[in-house]
Formats: sequence, structure tokens, C-alpha cells
Amino acid sequence: MPLNWKLGGLLLGLVFFAAVLLVKPIGVSTQFVILDGIIGNAVNPELVTQTEEGYSSTNAYLAKSDGKYARAVANPLNYSFVFVLAMMAGAFASVMARGGLGAEERRLPEIWRRSFGDTPVKRYMLAFLGGFVVLYGARLAGGCTSGHMMSGMMQTSLSGYIFAAGAFAAAVPVSILMYRKGELS
Amino acid sequence: MNILLAIVIGAAFGAVLDRIGATNPTWIGRMLALTNLHLMKTILLAIGVGSVLMFGGQMLGLVDVGHMSVKAAYLGVFIGGLMLGAGWALAGYCPGTGVCAAASGRKDALFFLAGGLLGAAAYMVTYPAWKASGLLDSVAGGKVTLGTVPGSKFDGLTAMSGDVLGIVLGAAFIVVALVLPERIGGGGVAVPAE
Repeated sequence: MPLNWKLGGLLLGLVFFAAVLLVKPIGVSTQFVILDGIIGNAVNPELVTQTEEGYSSTNAYLAKSDGKYARAVANPLNYSFVFVLAMMAGAFASVMARGGLGAEERRLPEIWRRSFGDTPVKRYMLAFLGGFVVLYGARLAGGCTSGHMMSGMMQTSLSGYIFAAGAFAAAVPVSILMYRKGELS
Repeated sequence: MNILLAIVIGAAFGAVLDRIGATNPTWIGRMLALTNLHLMKTILLAIGVGSVLMFGGQMLGLVDVGHMSVKAAYLGVFIGGLMLGAGWALAGYCPGTGVCAAASGRKDALFFLAGGLLGAAAYMVTYPAWKASGLLDSVAGGKVTLGTVPGSKFDGLTAMSGDVLGIVLGAAFIVVALVLPERIGGGGVAVPAE
């Protein structure tokens, strides 16, 4: 059972505040691009190149904003990339501290079992497809739930509100179609 | 120093995402299908708390306004938001919760990550077409906040005091979190997912 929303919301808010107080607002989805770049650059070392002014890339997206992403690909031990690795470690430690997830839950989340039964192949294919659409959309939007919705709306940025409107406009009908019947039965 | 902060804040963020149920597709699905809004209340409260502390701290001079980082507004933000929303509902994960869920041992999250890496790569390849379409061009001033924040490098959409507006909106998020019912439409389920 998750933490009471008052305590959970307070803790989550404190983390977002600590990030902006000490460094900068939290964001995650860019790091998928950085990892793609690291993999791409390992396969093809021509992808990211060091120039006199900094870094550039044969990929226009990595090269944009004066090679900001190309620089991160060439130097993976940067704040934002390490941040995501630390998130994984933190989540792992937290799950282990509360006894770990059961084998059944690791295989399929409860909500899926309630609505669709024991159908892991269907679930994994949908998770893959969902991941593709989520990251394509996040990069098009320039941020995800963390960067646009949480950090963005917290800073009263217009883009955060535009993003949240789009995200919920699509997410709510899709989820209702998928789960509402099973959850309310 | 920065790397140390990345480790400490990142680990805290991952642990909190786990504890509030955000890394669990069951709680995401219930929130988005509007059968149980517990997680929605948590998120709204967090945005409110973060906003009040940040703008309050800036007004008192305790928080560096230069740490603000406002993203640009353009039509692609809405289109990308729609896509992310659809995928979020399909998978039950967004980028941050997906990586944490994979670390927690959830197998479907590994498929989410693989799809995500491919989706990000697809965007990297198709980026020039989006750029040429004009859908990435700034609208309404681009990197703007709703009010004008003193000392900020970002413009305001309105001339209202950005600090005061930030605190007022933060308080509004907290109030919505408080009054939003946990369950709507026939009760839903409150059974622990794990």
C-alpha cells in the first residue's frame, strides 16, 4: 500500500524543491536520448565529435543547442545522467527495504491481471509500444511528466500547463477504455 | 559536488516514487481511469508544496532565482503531450517511473525501457522534419512563466507578480489535492497491489 497522500505528496514536493534549491529542476526523458547517443557512438564513433568550440554530432538532434546533448553523450558522468542512475538505485533500495515485489507482481501488475488475466506477452508488447510512444512524445514536447508536468507547473511555466493538458486529454480516455470496467467490477 | 547531489537527490526521488505508488502501473491505471485518485492527490500536493517553497524561498532571497529552468511553449508540446499521455496509459509508465520500475524488478518495465530507447532514437532521426514543420517554433513568447518573476531570465506571460502568483497557484494545487475525492464513480478498489 502506498504512503498516505499527505505524507507522500509532502515528501515528493520536498524532493522537487530540493532539486531546484540546490541544482536545477528535475527532468528525466532527455537521458533516453543520451543513452541512445552513447550506444550509437559506441557502434559508430563518428556520431559525436569534439570540435574546437565543444562537441557536435552528425545527428541534428544531438548537435542542436551548440551540441549540448553531444557533450553529455561524450561525458556520461554528468549530473543529469547520474541522477537517473541514482533514481534506479533509490527505487531498488526502497523496494528491497519493504520486502521486494512478489514474483506475480514482477511478472504482471495487478491491474492488468484483473482486466486481462494472465497474458504476459500481450502486456509486454503493449509496454514496449507504450514506451516507444511515451519517449517519442516526450522528446517532441521537450520534456516528460517530471520535467514538464511536475517541474514545469511548479515553476508556473506555460509549457507545463500545455503539456499536462495534452497528456491527461489522451491518458484518461485510454485508461478508462482499458481498465475502468475491470476495476469497478 | 554536483555528482554527489545527483546521487543524493536522484536516490531520494526514486525512493519516493516507489513509496507513493507511482512506479506501480496499478496505481497509475487507477488514477488515469479515474477509479482511485489517491496518486493524483499525492502529485497535486507535491506540485503545490514545491511551488510554495520555491517561490516563497525566492521572495525571501533564500532560493536562487537563476536555478529556474523554464521550457519553451510550442505546438509540439501539446502534440507530444497527447502522445506521452496515450503511451503512459497503455504502458502504465512515464520515463522516470519506468526506469524505477525496471530497477524494482518489474519485467514489463524492461519492455517499456526498450521501447522508450527506440522511440527516443526515432525522434532523433525524425527531428529535422519536425523542425522544418514549424511545430517547434515558440508560441506565446516561448520560455515564459504565467506571471513575471523578479530577477528571472524568463519573461512573464502577464505582468502579474510571478512570485505571488506562484504561491497562489501552489496553494490552489494544495486545496485541490485536499478536496479531490479519493474514489469516484462507484467506489473503485483500495486493495493493496502488492
